[in-house]
Amino acid sequence: MTAAAPADQPVRAGSAGSLSAKRPLGDRVFQVVALAAGLLVLVILVLIAATTTDQAAPWFAKEGISGIFSKTWDISTNHFGALAYIYGSAVTALIAVILSVPVSLGIALLLTEVVPRRFARPIVYVIDLLAVVPSVVWGLWGVLVFAPWIQGIYASIASFFKGVPVLGNLFGPPAQGTVQGTSFFTAGIILAFMITPIISSLSREVIATVPTIDREGAYALGATRLEMIRGVVLPHSQSGIVGAVLLGLGRAVGETIAAALVIGSSAAVTSHLFAPGYNIPAVIANQFGEASGLFRSALLGLGVLLFVFTIIINVVARGVVERSARRQRGA
Amino acid sequence: MAADTGQQQKADLREPAGWRRAKNRIATALMVLSFILVIIPLGFVLVTVIAKGSSIISWRFLTSDIPPAVLPANFGGMGPAILGTVLITGLATVIAVPLGILGAIYLNEYGGKGPLARFIGFMADVMTGVPSIIMGLFIFSIWVLHFGYSGLAGALALGCLMLPIVIRSTYEMLRLVPDSLREGAYALGSTKSRVTLTVVLPAALAGIVSGALLAVARAAGETAPLLFTILAVMTPNPNIFSGPNTSLPSQIFANATQPYTGAQARGWGAALTLIVIAFILMIAARIVTARFNRYAR
Amino acid sequence: MEEHEQTITNLARPATALERPVSDFPPSQTIFDVRNVAIWYGTFKAVTDVSLSIYENEITAFIGSSGSGKTTVLRSFNRMNDLVPGARVDGEMDYRGEALYGSDVSPTAVRRRIGMVFQKPNPFPKSIYDNVAFGPRVNGERNKGKLNEIVERSLRRAALWDEVKNRLNMSGLSLSGGQAQRLCIARTIAVEPDVVLMDEPASALDPIATGAIEDLMRELKSQYTIIIVTHNMQQATRVSDRTAFFSVLADSENDTRTGVLVEYGRTEQIFQDPQDSRTQAYVTGRMG
Repeated sequence: MTAAAPADQPVRAGSAGSLSAKRPLGDRVFQVVALAAGLLVLVILVLIAATTTDQAAPWFAKEGISGIFSKTWDISTNHFGALAYIYGSAVTALIAVILSVPVSLGIALLLTEVVPRRFARPIVYVIDLLAVVPSVVWGLWGVLVFAPWIQGIYASIASFFKGVPVLGNLFGPPAQGTVQGTSFFTAGIILAFMITPIISSLSREVIATVPTIDREGAYALGATRLEMIRGVVLPHSQSGIVGAVLLGLGRAVGETIAAALVIGSSAAVTSHLFAPGYNIPAVIANQFGEASGLFRSALLGLGVLLFVFTIIINVVARGVVERSARRQRGA
Repeated sequence: MAADTGQQQKADLREPAGWRRAKNRIATALMVLSFILVIIPLGFVLVTVIAKGSSIISWRFLTSDIPPAVLPANFGGMGPAILGTVLITGLATVIAVPLGILGAIYLNEYGGKGPLARFIGFMADVMTGVPSIIMGLFIFSIWVLHFGYSGLAGALALGCLMLPIVIRSTYEMLRLVPDSLREGAYALGSTKSRVTLTVVLPAALAGIVSGALLAVARAAGETAPLLFTILAVMTPNPNIFSGPNTSLPSQIFANATQPYTGAQARGWGAALTLIVIAFILMIAARIVTARFNRYAR
Repeated sequence: MEEHEQTITNLARPATALERPVSDFPPSQTIFDVRNVAIWYGTFKAVTDVSLSIYENEITAFIGSSGSGKTTVLRSFNRMNDLVPGARVDGEMDYRGEALYGSDVSPTAVRRRIGMVFQKPNPFPKSIYDNVAFGPRVNGERNKGKLNEIVERSLRRAALWDEVKNRLNMSGLSLSGGQAQRLCIARTIAVEPDVVLMDEPASALDPIATGAIEDLMRELKSQYTIIIVTHNMQQATRVSDRTAFFSVLADSENDTRTGVLVEYGRTEQIFQDPQDSRTQAYVTGRMG
């Protein structure tokens, strides 16, 4: 039984002669290659920081901290202060977020709480379509169709708010020139369209982790859907939603081409939202082509500021989202 | 309604039952309204692009050279831009997708829950939020300054953009492959690389391809990374390794600021072409997902 | 504990003529020699005090309540525990005289000789043919003719050939539970292993499919050495030559439960004449 192997059977791997085969070279190489690919992410991020900072160094050196945040951006005097662009980025991003968050949340809640499964699919498709439209197409439509049309509406609103104490400064006619279709507000609107898919789909993911038991508990107490949402869903998901909004904010700040086409391309620190303005990625996009020397260095410096800001916002946002997910799982 | 009968018996005078119901209805209406607020501009954009673009689209348009901006709409076309988009996005895909898949393999199969893998995964997600213009500035600083403008530089910038997207979507697909499949392969005496390449990857392939197609659609539509890397010229350049090039988004951007109606019309035509390309990729991604899910069952 | 240790010592020496039923053949070659093995997952001691020998061309059953470590011990035979971070084997485990956990032993090589069938059938999402051919291909077999031969032979031995010979290109996932498990068995024996480990191979199957698997085990025994983990005592009596009974040592101080080998012997003896009171309680159904 032990020694004789029947004739039709091949010699089997019975003897323990070669249990000690070494790990094949291909297997080890593959592991190294996979690790290298993973590390590539870190390498690229570090290189981005290093090379752009290096190119921007002349500007940082010349202006120093105070110079960077000054208002003057003058090619002739070789003096480049970034305040107007930082201001423009902040304003347009804020408008975008303020406009987008209620709409995004509304859609997210619509999909998770209101709409039955069957009808959810087409709605999700529409949101995906919204996300797939390239930024340059938003910009083309924005500058050739939307801006001219909305200029008339701005003009009516502005004449309505003319002279009104606080709101007049926001929505009234600007100090110099007239209201323009390509302005801070238009950029904010177009950006809002573009960040809605992100905020709404991430919020949806967060809201979906709210346990059904909790929802049912609220309904069993006789709550209406709105009351259940306010009492159960929102408290559970609020930190996750905050994370989603931060990610949308980051996206709004970094969005370049649509902004470049509809923001008005005129650096100005003004409270009037219907006036033309500029923001960081827009000025880089529009002016990099002809820039050289310190001018180019300044534009790259703006890029560095943008990079640092978006990294910080993304780290914070992802951290917040992850912590809320972890708390959800633990709870 | 049960709530109403309960209310009537314990009459809470501070909040009439009707008001609660009304608030609920208003809330639902607001939610529907928010969806409509999104459909309307999307519809407008698509309708405008299709309307203005389709009148200029023709075989001639898709293959002719780019004329000077001042020429009216029935002259020239976007041939070089289409060629550039196909070549540059194609090269970026060839660079980024294999690297992204390998990175995701490291994260899910080798790195596991270790600190390095978690950090890399986190930073890959952070990287998806880096504005695309930064990728352009990066490649400009590290490549263009030394080697000049080229389609390759543009592909590198697009590749940097695609890499974290492919990593994240591939990772999610690999996670879905059940461990029992891996165990079955290990038990037959496979090495880890074999298990990953011959069992795990094929099992996740549909999802991986679908995610890659979506990344390609995203890259094809990007303008900012190409601004400082390919230098948007108007002449066709099939050699993507040397010399400036162009792409559909670049041309749309250039034509959007032109005062000439001819250039604007060509811009709409290019926009329609670009949207069609993006939609085709998106639909292909859905088909791949659906088809392979059917096979696997 | 004296009685327990006595039983363990009894296992180490061959059965005397008085203890053997007349029909007992002398145990054939020793395949596995396990001495004082304990298995840890990190700081958790999963199983302890395991000493036994597995003999060639026999079916050995591991029985016992859940958490008693029988699957852990089974998986240590083909070094599948290596896949769990922090897993460690103390003590000695020899396979045909060579240390299974020796420093230069390759787990991959071990698994080519010691195959495993899992509790829940796990066919690859590939065709039936590719499922069975996977192992030989991994071992370097490229010749189409040889592969065809191996696939047919393995499917025949797994009693599946007649049912699938006309649809070898269909997905392995399209098979029913019992067929899928026989496919996994065919896949395992396609690499011509020495030993086949089975972790509750029929627990996910209906009674008819279970019967087919048990018949298959009896046929395969003539060519392979089989160790099966089962929670079905009737199954153990139906198919196995020897049985090892595991139990749980609850340590109330540290609030841990560690598995331990209680008794090991010929199946008739374990079920009809158990030496340890715990074994007796289990096989007569008084204990889980």
